[in-house]
Amino acid sequence: MAFLINIKRVSRAGFIGFLRNGFVSLTTVLIMAIVLFVMGALMMGGAALDATLVQLQEKVDINVYFLTDAPESDILALRDLVSELPEVANVEYVSRDEALAQFRERNKDDQLTLQALDELDENPLGASLAIRAKETSQYEGIAGFLENETAVGGGAQIIEKINYFQNKAAINKLTSIIDTSERFGLIVTIFLITVSALIVFNTIRLAIFTTKEEIGVMQLVGASDWYVQGPFIIEGSLYGFAGALLALLALYPVSLSLGPASQAFLGSFNVLSYYANNIGWLFFILVATGVGLGALSSFIAVRRYLRLTN
Amino acid sequence: MIYFDKVTKFYNGGIAALDDVTMTIEPGEFVSIVGHSGAGKSTLLKMIFAEEIPSEGTVYFESNNIAYFGKSDLNKLRRKIGTVFQDFRLLSTKTVYENIAFAMEAAGQRNEDIAADVPHVLDLVDLSEKMDSFPRELSGGEQQRVAIARAIVNQPDVVVADEPTGNLDPISTYEIVQILKKINDLGTTIILTTHNKGVIDSLGRRVITMDEGRVVRDDKSGHYEL
Repeated sequence: MAFLINIKRVSRAGFIGFLRNGFVSLTTVLIMAIVLFVMGALMMGGAALDATLVQLQEKVDINVYFLTDAPESDILALRDLVSELPEVANVEYVSRDEALAQFRERNKDDQLTLQALDELDENPLGASLAIRAKETSQYEGIAGFLENETAVGGGAQIIEKINYFQNKAAINKLTSIIDTSERFGLIVTIFLITVSALIVFNTIRLAIFTTKEEIGVMQLVGASDWYVQGPFIIEGSLYGFAGALLALLALYPVSLSLGPASQAFLGSFNVLSYYANNIGWLFFILVATGVGLGALSSFIAVRRYLRLTN
Repeated sequence: MIYFDKVTKFYNGGIAALDDVTMTIEPGEFVSIVGHSGAGKSTLLKMIFAEEIPSEGTVYFESNNIAYFGKSDLNKLRRKIGTVFQDFRLLSTKTVYENIAFAMEAAGQRNEDIAADVPHVLDLVDLSEKMDSFPRELSGGEQQRVAIARAIVNQPDVVVADEPTGNLDPISTYEIVQILKKINDLGTTIILTTHNKGVIDSLGRRVITMDEGRVVRDDKSGHYEL
């Protein structure tokens, strides 16, 4: 009972302090909002980067072209074998007829080529397998497997060529770009979050510095440590909460204005729809970070001024 | 109730702020401590509410050695001792009422008691009409009366007043002394330090004179002499 009354008194004092220290609260909330805005923007930027990388990865595959006289049953057997590899995301079989249809579609404006094709008695195109790996770095292994398989498979040679060996340089480059951008993104994020935490901590420390005399007075009157700290921790949490709301609000017009541009530039990723779809998650992360950072900063800052300790 | 046993206090640098002080303060006394600046008056008071601890010797409060007090014991001790300072030390973001209520809340008093006692002490220091004002809206004398109201609201055994009239004009000084006398008449021990000869001479109570950290004179009904 006494505990509940104390909780109530401490919370009330925190709210009153937040309201009465109007100017200090306002500046602290604004700084908190800027920091959390940067964090929210980083999250959205990270999501854009991820989406773009996934999209790029999806564009990469290796194609296995078969000889025109390769029996379809052998090709399908190889397809089943390959699709059981753990690295393989999916395998798409393009039959000879489908290949011809695709070729016609691609060259539908080129009468000369189509005429030349019609001159031929039979379909000059072979069947192919389009193989997509889960990670770009795994293509080398898959290509190696196919090489071995055709060598060991003995019997008739059915594979004409595997285009991995032509695309190898491009795939390796993409793999290293993905690795680098993920690592770089992580470093930048950690750096910015550290800087943000320090800015928030320092702001709250300055806000509390002005009341350090009063902290001593509260102790002299016989208030226990946590009774002195409590209201400041509530105030710090309120800074964080208000800052997070402001940051979330500020991210809306930014997403709105960048939405079409991001769609045009990145293809599948639209900042605005990401914001709309993940608003609950963004809210949770920003509020949790803001409140946590505010409360912790206040706790540490006040503790320094609890001087009447023996 | 308060007993100093051969108390010495060194601050950094090795100069003794208090030098072998032995004295007793009885319940209900009104004791004034006088001396030049730096004579050790404030250090002596800080020892009583344990803002400082002795380098040598022992301070007893109601037969308990203060040096052995844990945190919660210290908080309880400070609720038994009301403190008043030259610079008032009010909480600037709280109203007069809240400043006084804070001392009761911190002591874990019930809401009904707070609602009853705060107006009562405000009446005692004649500030009932200003209870919703903030400290910055009050004169120095009024602020000091708020500080005294806060100091006595938990019905402490002792009120320690460190130069409470140092920043005040003669009329406010007179009012503060009258309030302290009234509190003393109600049974509370008062320990007062001051530079004001008029205050000491008008009280006609016990005077302890300090010089260079030592007690050099202790008169039952003394005058201000340095």
